[in-house]
Amino acid sequence: MMIPLVALIRKDLRLFLSDRRAVIMSFVAPIMIAAFFGYIFGGNGGKTETSRIAVLVVDQDTSAISRAIFADLAANKSLDVKASEPDPAREAVRKGTATVAVVLPKDFGASAGRAFFRTENKPEIALLYDPSHSAEQGMVQGILTGSVMQVVSREMFNGTTGQAVVRESLSQIDRSSGLAPADKRSLHDLLQSVEQWNERAQAAGASGQTGLSTGLTVPYRIREEAVTARTGVQYNGYAHSFGGMSVQFILFMGIDVGIGVLLQRQRGLWKRLRAAPISRGLLLGSRAISAAMISMLILLVVFGVARIVFGVRIEGSMPGFLGVCVAFSLMTAAFGLLVAALGKTPEATRGLSIFVTLILVMLGGAWVPAFIFPQWLQTVTMFVPTRWAMDGFDAMTWRGLGFSAAIGPIAALLGSTAVFGALAVSRFRWEAEG
Amino acid sequence: MLEVKDLRKSYGSTVAVDGVTFRIAKGETVGLLGPNGAGKTTTVSMIAGLLRPDSGEVLIEGRPLGGDSDPIKRRIGLVPQDIALFDELPARDNLEFFGALYRLDGAQLKRVTSEALDLVGLADKAREKVRNFSGGMKRRLNLAAALLHDPDILLLDEPTVGVDPQSRNAIFDNLETLKKRGKTLLYTTHYMEEAERLCDRLVVIDHGKVIADDTLHGLYRLLPVTNILSIELETANGGLRLEDVRAVSGVRSAEVAEGVLRVGVHDLSTGAPGILQWLADTGHLYTHVASERPDLETVFLNLTGRSLRDS
Repeated sequence: MMIPLVALIRKDLRLFLSDRRAVIMSFVAPIMIAAFFGYIFGGNGGKTETSRIAVLVVDQDTSAISRAIFADLAANKSLDVKASEPDPAREAVRKGTATVAVVLPKDFGASAGRAFFRTENKPEIALLYDPSHSAEQGMVQGILTGSVMQVVSREMFNGTTGQAVVRESLSQIDRSSGLAPADKRSLHDLLQSVEQWNERAQAAGASGQTGLSTGLTVPYRIREEAVTARTGVQYNGYAHSFGGMSVQFILFMGIDVGIGVLLQRQRGLWKRLRAAPISRGLLLGSRAISAAMISMLILLVVFGVARIVFGVRIEGSMPGFLGVCVAFSLMTAAFGLLVAALGKTPEATRGLSIFVTLILVMLGGAWVPAFIFPQWLQTVTMFVPTRWAMDGFDAMTWRGLGFSAAIGPIAALLGSTAVFGALAVSRFRWEAEG
Repeated sequence: MLEVKDLRKSYGSTVAVDGVTFRIAKGETVGLLGPNGAGKTTTVSMIAGLLRPDSGEVLIEGRPLGGDSDPIKRRIGLVPQDIALFDELPARDNLEFFGALYRLDGAQLKRVTSEALDLVGLADKAREKVRNFSGGMKRRLNLAAALLHDPDILLLDEPTVGVDPQSRNAIFDNLETLKKRGKTLLYTTHYMEEAERLCDRLVVIDHGKVIADDTLHGLYRLLPVTNILSIELETANGGLRLEDVRAVSGVRSAEVAEGVLRVGVHDLSTGAPGILQWLADTGHLYTHVASERPDLETVFLNLTGRSLRDS
C-alpha cells in the first residue's frame, strides 16, 4: 500500500509546485495582501502613521474664546484643522475633502460664558459631518466638548470676558424678582466668590504667580495599555492579517484540490487511477494527505515570512499553534474533497466554490474582526470553521494564550473535518465518467 | 482468459448494456465493434472494474473480478479513450507514477518504464513534458502507460482516436508486437479497417446487446454476397440483359454502369468461372476483371439495417 500512496502524494505535490499560478496564489498572494492589511490595521506595535481627521473650523465669532478653541483643536495630534468659511466648509464636507466642519457662531464666546452659569440661551455649535465617517464625527465631537469646556471655564475664572459676564450676572440676579430669596442669596454668593477668585488670580498673575486656575479641566488622566501576550510585548497588526490571508488562500488551494479531481475525471485520468488495484480509501486518502501537507507548507512559509519580515511571533503555545495549523490543514483537505464530491464540471464548480469560500472567510473574521458583526451574526459565526481557525491563530500569536486556548479551535476544526469528510465520501460519484 | 457473462448496466431508465456475453481466449485479439453509444465503453469499464454491473460478472481465468483493490486487476491493462496523462510531467515521470500504482518501484520500475518507452518509440523523449508532445506521441505514451505492470489482458478503448495515419500505423505496429508476445487484446473501435487489420474475432454490439460474435470470415459468411466481380466490358452495353446475368448459376446480384458490370457472388470459386464463361459464350467480351470483398461496414449494415458510422 505504501508504494502507491507515496506515488500518489508525491505526484500531487509535484503537480502543485509545477503550477506557477498555484504557487503564486498560495505563497505570494497571502503574504502581499496580509502585509497590506497588517499595515493598514496598525502594523507592528501600532507604530503605523495613521491619517489625521480633516476638520474645518468656521469662526464667526473671532472672540478670545473662539480663537482659543481653534488653537486648542489645532494642537490636537488626531486632527488636521484648517480655518474656513461657511459655504466652502459645507461644500468640502459634501465632496469628502473634509470629514467634519465646526461652525462657531457670532457672539459664541459671550453666550457660552453666560450659559456657563445659567441653563437658558445656550449658543449652538453646528457640526457638519460626512455620514460615511460617523466614527470620526463622534471622535471630533468628544475632542470639541473637552476643548470648549476648558477654554470657556478658563475664561470665566480668569479672563476679562469672564469678569464682565460675572458682573453682568450679579447685576441680573440682584434685579431678578422671579428667584426665591434663598436661591437669590446662594447664587449671589457663588458669583461673588467667582469675582473675588478672578481678582486674586489677576493679582497673582501680575506679581508673577501663576496656576491659581486654568479653568475646568477633565478630572482624570487616562493611562493607555494595550493588553497583549505579556508586558512589554506590543500588539502586532500583521499577526491577524497573516492568519486571515493564510486561511483565505489555503481554502482557495482546497478548491483547487477538488477541481483537480474533477479535471482528472474529465481528462480520463480518474479511469486510469481506478483501474489500478488500489482502494477508494487510498485514492481519496492520498488526495487528502497531499492537500493537508500543502496547506501545512503554506502556513509554515507564510508565518515564517511574517516572523522574519514583520516580526509576528508565536507568543502563545507553539504546540497549540501547530495543532491549529494541522487541524485547519485537515479541514481544508476535507473541504477540497467535498468540492470534488459535490461538483459536476470544473468550470461551474470553481465559481460557486470561490463564492462559498469568500463567505466563509468573511464570516470567519479574516478580513475584518468578527466583533464588529451584529450579535446574531457573531452567534452564527460560531458554526463557521474559519472563525475557529482565526480565533486559534489570534490566540496563539498576538494574544499569547496557552495550549488550553487552542483546544476549542482544534476540536471545532477537527469536527468540521469529520463532517466535510463524511459528506464527501458519502456523496462522491465513483462511477461518474466525466 | 477473459469471460464476460450476461453483463447489464442501466442509468435510470436508459439501458446501456443489456446482457453482453463473450469470451476471449489467451493470446486472442477481439474487436468490440459498434457505433457510438452502443455500450462499448460501458462494457470495457465494467471489465476494468471502473463500473459495478447491475448484474452479470467478469471472470479472469475463471476468477470473478472483485473489489477495487483486487490483485487480479494487475492482470488487466487499460488504455482509456482519453489521453489519460499528466501534461505537466515528463513522459518518464508519468510512466513511473502509473507503474507505482501497481506497486512497482526501484530498479524494476525504471526497467519497465524504459522498456515501455522503447516499445512505443519515445525513449528519446523520456525527459520531455507531455504537454510538448504531438497528439500521436501522446497516444503512444497513453498505450505505454498501460503496459508497465506487464498485464495479460489489454483493454484498448478506441486508442487511435484523432491521430494521423503515421501515428496510427505506429500504434498498430506496437499492438502487433504485443500480440506476438501472447497478450490478449480487447480492441474497441468503430473503425472497420482497424478491426479488419488487427482482430482475430469480432463482437458486434448495438443498443447494448451483442448482435454477432464471430471471426471476420464468419461474419462475411452471414452476407448474401461475399465477393463482387467488376468486369469492364469491351462494348459499353452490347445488348446485355441484367435478368439473364442474374439467372446465371452462383450469381446473387448484377448491375451495370459506365461499361462496368458488377456481379455479386456468394462463392468466388464457383461463381466467378460461371459468369465469365457465360459472358464468353454469349459474345460479351471483356477487357478487365477485378474482385473486391465487402467490408465490415457492409456486415454491420446487413446485421442492423443501419450504417455503422452514421448511427
